[in-house]
Amino acid sequence: MTSPLPFHRRVEQALGNQQLRGAIGRATARKVEGRLAALAGLADADRLRDEGRRIRANALGRLDEQLTRFVEQVERHGGTAVWAPDADHAVRYLVDLARARGVKSIVKSKSMVTEEIELNRAIEAAGLRVVETDLGEYVIQLDHDHPSHIVAPIIHKTRQDIAATFKREVGATDADVADIPSMTAFARRKLRQDFLTAGMGVSGVNFGIAETGTLCICTNEGNGRLTTTVPRIHVAFMGIERILPTLADLGIMLQLLARSSTGQKLTAYTNLLTGPRRPGLDAESDGPDELHVVLVDNGRSHVLGSELAEILYCIRCGACLNACPVYRQIGGHAYGSVYPGPVGAVFTPAIGGLADWSDLPHASSLCGACREVCPVRIDIPRMLLALRARAATEGHGPWWARVGLRAYRFTAVRPTLFRLAGRLTARATSLVARDGRISKLPGPLAGWTRYREFPAMAPRTFQEQWKGRRQESGSGISSAGL
Amino acid sequence: MRLLYPSRVKPRSVQLLVTCLIDHFFPQTGLAAVEVLERHGVSVTCPAGQTCCGQPAFNAGSWNDARAMARHTLDVLSKDERPIVVPSGSCADMVLHHYETLLAAEPAYAKKAHDVASRTYEFSQFLVDVLGITDTGATGTGRVTYHAACHGLRGLGVDRQPRALLEHVRGIERCPLRDADVCCGFGGLFAVKMADISGAMLAAKLDAIEESRADTVVVTDVSCGMHVQGGLERRGSRVRVRHLAEVLASR
Ligand code: SF4
Repeated sequence: MTSPLPFHRRVEQALGNQQLRGAIGRATARKVEGRLAALAGLADADRLRDEGRRIRANALGRLDEQLTRFVEQVERHGGTAVWAPDADHAVRYLVDLARARGVKSIVKSKSMVTEEIELNRAIEAAGLRVVETDLGEYVIQLDHDHPSHIVAPIIHKTRQDIAATFKREVGATDADVADIPSMTAFARRKLRQDFLTAGMGVSGVNFGIAETGTLCICTNEGNGRLTTTVPRIHVAFMGIERILPTLADLGIMLQLLARSSTGQKLTAYTNLLTGPRRPGLDAESDGPDELHVVLVDNGRSHVLGSELAEILYCIRCGACLNACPVYRQIGGHAYGSVYPGPVGAVFTPAIGGLADWSDLPHASSLCGACREVCPVRIDIPRMLLALRARAATEGHGPWWARVGLRAYRFTAVRPTLFRLAGRLTARATSLVARDGRISKLPGPLAGWTRYREFPAMAPRTFQEQWKGRRQESGSGISSAGL
Repeated sequence: MRLLYPSRVKPRSVQLLVTCLIDHFFPQTGLAAVEVLERHGVSVTCPAGQTCCGQPAFNAGSWNDARAMARHTLDVLSKDERPIVVPSGSCADMVLHHYETLLAAEPAYAKKAHDVASRTYEFSQFLVDVLGITDTGATGTGRVTYHAACHGLRGLGVDRQPRALLEHVRGIERCPLRDADVCCGFGGLFAVKMADISGAMLAAKLDAIEESRADTVVVTDVSCGMHVQGGLERRGSRVRVRHLAEVLASR
């Protein structure tokens, strides 16, 4: 899942695209407001978040036990659960199953884990057809694009972009794209046929309930409900961390998820599915004949028990993306990974390793806005720091930072030398400074002066002035000249 | 949450952790902090040998370097048992929240870190929460707005204190700042390593500042101040950045 361009090039591209930045800025601002309003409506949001965190910690702390229970329950209700250690295993399971059942066409509802394992590519490579049925994902698929937000995949597109896509790719008329309702209606007409003819429905899983083997799938468009009930076979892909011990836990998590992600009290369609359709005495009229749950590990179990384990508490609400001032400027694509924003900057290197992703933990000013909004209080800045430390130990990152900090430390633990070095630097900077500022710094520091002036150092340091003051008699600094 | 100064008797004397940036770039901020403290009957010592708290190295992931600087700073600060006042939210946050983690494997230093953290305060926090002062008798002029620097805000919960202090400064007009709690894009080496992203964040902050119609932006962290000031100067703006201590020192 690595991107061909280096991080700084992707950032440059994003920053140069005013339309993209405008679209993302407006959409995230709306989401931030929605979240605040929704939480304000809760009697005790803080307590609910503490409770949510406790639930996730408990679930992940006993993950093996919870997963065993979950698998037992899925099977007891007539489903099949399989373990996929990596992306290859996961996609191969689906392709083999589709072939074995003679499936030609697949409908799919939005799911991040299937993006992560690049499921669509594998399906198409196997000569099968797959159609994304979430409106945003449908547009992404038509555009051969990637989602740029974990909740709102086309947050980077404007309505005009989407209209153009519909006209170019699926023959929409001007009337079809006249306004948002007509565009939605158009997509609905297009997709209806696919729902009716697909031999298989693929979904993600928001939460898997260990005590009952129930899958909880939240969507706002109802396409998830069709995907999981109309086709004869339903295959659900679930990151192994998405487990919750009990249905009572789900009650708490759903409140947090909807409010944090879209500002809703509850996602419009919250589906609870337990096993395939039951024939016989208590016959059900809808639902698939077969239900398969693919439990995707793909690097997650290595994260358990590490200093990054907490990132597995994530419920993919996207609040940290909306709140993050870095994400707001560069959008999701610049991160180059399926999971962008603060959560992605931790999760992606955590499961994918730092070799390809050592820039991501540095793509943060550590402002803490992500931690402030996270419904389960994940301390993302702490883990960004831990990853930076790991990257430094593994030797990633520019040499100048390493050498510079080493030298800085060498002087900083020797106060006399520190003062002397400070004075020498001050002398040097006074030569290049004009009106007390420097407009062009050399070497790696040039990044600073690309956007800002740098102050000249003070002619007399605080400590020098302090010493002088004590010698004078030790009282009363004049505030003149402040 | 840590208890505020444990004794009921208000401290009459503190140590100032002046920070490397204030020492070398903005000594007037340090002097102003001393002035305000002394005005309220608190005498100030400035422990010799202090250099840098190690935050730049810590944030960059060079924890060995950060550890060395943390040990050094702890040695300097534990010669004396007086409370420590830091006129910088991010350095205070470093001492308060990261030293113990960083030195967890070294019991003697972990203990020192714990002890030092228990008596370290950011400047405005010390004035308001420990001394109980909101009116410092300061006067000023012009239109003033407040940018809530991230580490003080989210690391230490410093927000109401500087606002309360500013509210009592006579003669100034206070202007609200849109997105006052959104990061200015400094983040230490972030501003250099990720200069383009940082520059874009700075531009958003500067737009908000200009919109506020203030002529002075008040901060509690000179590092963010240096960043914002540098950006304002590059734009040719006449708006100035001042540390809260400087505003409170003038009368
Ligand atoms: S890290 Fe927290 S805020 Fe970000 S997506 Fe996950 S749960 Fe939501």
